Amino acid sequence: MPRLTLSTSTGFSRRTFVALSLAAGVALSALGSAQAAPKTSLSLGMSVEPSGLDPTAAAPVAIGQVTWQNIFEGLTTIDKDGKVQPQLADSWTISPDGLTYTFKLRSGVMFHNGEAFDSSVAKFSIDRARAADSVNPQKRYFASVDSVETPDAATLVVKLKSPTGNFLYWLGWPSSAMVAPKSAADNKTNPVGTGPFKFVNWAKGSQVELAKNPDYWNKAGTAKLEKVTFRFIADPQAQAAALKSGDLDAFPEFAAPELMASFDGDSKLTTVIGNTELKVVAGMNNAKKPFDDKRVRQALMLAVDRQALIDGAWSGFGTAIGSHYTPNDRGFVDLTKTYAYDPEKARKLLKDAGYGSGLTFTIKAPQMPYAQRSSQMLQAMFADVGVTLNIETTEFPAKWVADVFKGGNYDMTIVAHAEPMDIDIYARDPYYFNYKNPAFNEVLKKVDATADAAEQAKLYGEAQKILAEDVPALYLFVMPKLGVWNKNLKGLWENEPIPSNVLAQVEWAQ
Amino acid sequence: MRQILRRPTLLAGLIITVILVAIAFLSLVWTPLSPTKMQIVHKLKPPMAQGLLGTDQFGRDLASMLMVGAWNSLSTSFLAVAIGATIGTLVGVTVAAIRGLTETVVMRACDIIFSIPPILSAMLFGAFIGAGRFTAIIAIAVFMVPVFARVTLSAARQIWTRDYVMAAISMGRNRAKITYVHVLPNISNQILVQVTIQLGLAILTEAGLSFLGLGMPPPTPTWGRMLSDSQTFMGQAPWLALLPGSAIALAVLGLNMLGDGLRDLLDPRDNV
Repeated sequence: MPRLTLSTSTGFSRRTFVALSLAAGVALSALGSAQAAPKTSLSLGMSVEPSGLDPTAAAPVAIGQVTWQNIFEGLTTIDKDGKVQPQLADSWTISPDGLTYTFKLRSGVMFHNGEAFDSSVAKFSIDRARAADSVNPQKRYFASVDSVETPDAATLVVKLKSPTGNFLYWLGWPSSAMVAPKSAADNKTNPVGTGPFKFVNWAKGSQVELAKNPDYWNKAGTAKLEKVTFRFIADPQAQAAALKSGDLDAFPEFAAPELMASFDGDSKLTTVIGNTELKVVAGMNNAKKPFDDKRVRQALMLAVDRQALIDGAWSGFGTAIGSHYTPNDRGFVDLTKTYAYDPEKARKLLKDAGYGSGLTFTIKAPQMPYAQRSSQMLQAMFADVGVTLNIETTEFPAKWVADVFKGGNYDMTIVAHAEPMDIDIYARDPYYFNYKNPAFNEVLKKVDATADAAEQAKLYGEAQKILAEDVPALYLFVMPKLGVWNKNLKGLWENEPIPSNVLAQVEWAQ
Repeated sequence: MRQILRRPTLLAGLIITVILVAIAFLSLVWTPLSPTKMQIVHKLKPPMAQGLLGTDQFGRDLASMLMVGAWNSLSTSFLAVAIGATIGTLVGVTVAAIRGLTETVVMRACDIIFSIPPILSAMLFGAFIGAGRFTAIIAIAVFMVPVFARVTLSAARQIWTRDYVMAAISMGRNRAKITYVHVLPNISNQILVQVTIQLGLAILTEAGLSFLGLGMPPPTPTWGRMLSDSQTFMGQAPWLALLPGSAIALAVLGLNMLGDGLRDLLDPRDNV
């Protein structure tokens, strides 16, 4: 944007130029020179730069998207179908009461700094994550751990206080990565893991470079690329320009759905629409009037035409949801019909609740385009049923976290929840929805008490139904994964069962 | 009247400005459709395909949004300039009447205000009282004050050296009375010209503030935000950027031409 001045000292005609250049609004980004990509390096774009590079120390998903499975590995891992697979733990046995997990660890695994991985390192990692002063973003997942024992270097025994059906799944998360005792404290800026890539350099504000780890423990899983560069570009126009010029080889999560059509017909690039776990949810402060009345929440859900919202806010990319659950989660039930779009019924419910003459409240919407546009769509849809929605833009993450997430100072808000299988957030107290339902908590307790997959799926179904009925938040849609990458690039994940960029098996076709 | 017709710049500026003001007032009583009405099925339709000027990404009627945007943009700018011009002129003529140390102090204070970009102060205001029309008006008005203070001071100083003012002083008239009777009427032309020109700048600044999300909140349509929202749609719907962009350019152009024309018309040296 040209700078605006109010000086009178220059000629008037210059202002006209300023006006025209602002008006055109064309940002001419300097296009980098296109170069023939060497077949062993990859330049991959991301919208958000991570705040650090230690996934066990901070919550932003961008951290895991750079480091998880590239630099850091866990006892278990999650594959591209969202299933738990062994990794640094070769195998395990679970006692019949579900309280004792005995892991058989792999031997010959080395950290990038030469430290050996064994049971003492695994114990260190888990103890570090669950310690009283731990800053692990998913610390609660380790709350059920009672003790960690190391009978020998290749055996790890974890004893739990209560059965935790998802324990192995959680161990696969970025926040459960195995870290070396000597380097753990510096992982934020100089991450050292056991993965197929080594950290090389982080130019803050620009890029992170990784190089192949030639001594990777799993010869079959050795990285096929020599060098990977993660580049951080926030502006969608610049992202598209970098892809088209060949400056970037891949953008696994392209930021602007309305620009996807501009890649049609490009001879080098391919677009891949996959699914993610990003649930766009308009949370309500259930403790505050009028949202403490279930009928009001249900009425607002009835006022939302989800498909129109997806078309308007996200160019039609996305899948409508009726609960806090995505179609790729196990035990998914489609509940979009529970409170399907019905403005007539919404008006009636509002009237029953005593808001027949109207209702006014404010949505605190972060600056991201999906949140801003969805809020404007909600504003128009609510207006149809006599509800006035004011939109207040808030900055994400810092201000939003302080104000809404921690402060609980809001009526309605809207964010995409990125964590897979995080339906348990509605059982947490405190959590920003301020939703309290003992029956729901009971169902989730039962999920933990069983390790039987079919039984878990059934219970998750029940939990989804309770939320769809109670509407503690407006369930809108799951964002798609808008992948754009070079046609010759093979092995990138099409879907995203967990926020990640797993690159070991990525290679260039000959 | 003949004077106006002989000056094409002035005439063009006048016509553009009158049309824009007329559209702005018309939007208060009539628009083709409600500017906030979303019709997703008709989204991103080019001009003439749906409504006169097409629709945006939510299927809202662009012609209606531009009309209401004209009102929002012009009314905010007019108010801001009115406030800035009133305070600035008062400061300017007062300082011209007093002179001395006061002049130095006030003019250096004006320099300080000049040195801060309006966008920055608008962000500060916005942080304290929230973004909105009021914030935009205040932020723009604050930066109009030193402009008018300077222009009126230099014009008024010349008037104070005229013989008829000398005569009034020697007759014992007080300085406030002289300012009101002799100075203000004689510099009103310069103020009028300055107001017109500053209006163009105010519109540009208002658009800049809206572009950055510091203007009126949605769903109120503003030219600046329409432009900002259109960025990623440029490829598939270029009219989304071109229309509000042209509106801003036209408004600024019209007011600048009007201002330039007025200055020529009212310049006493030409009329000799």
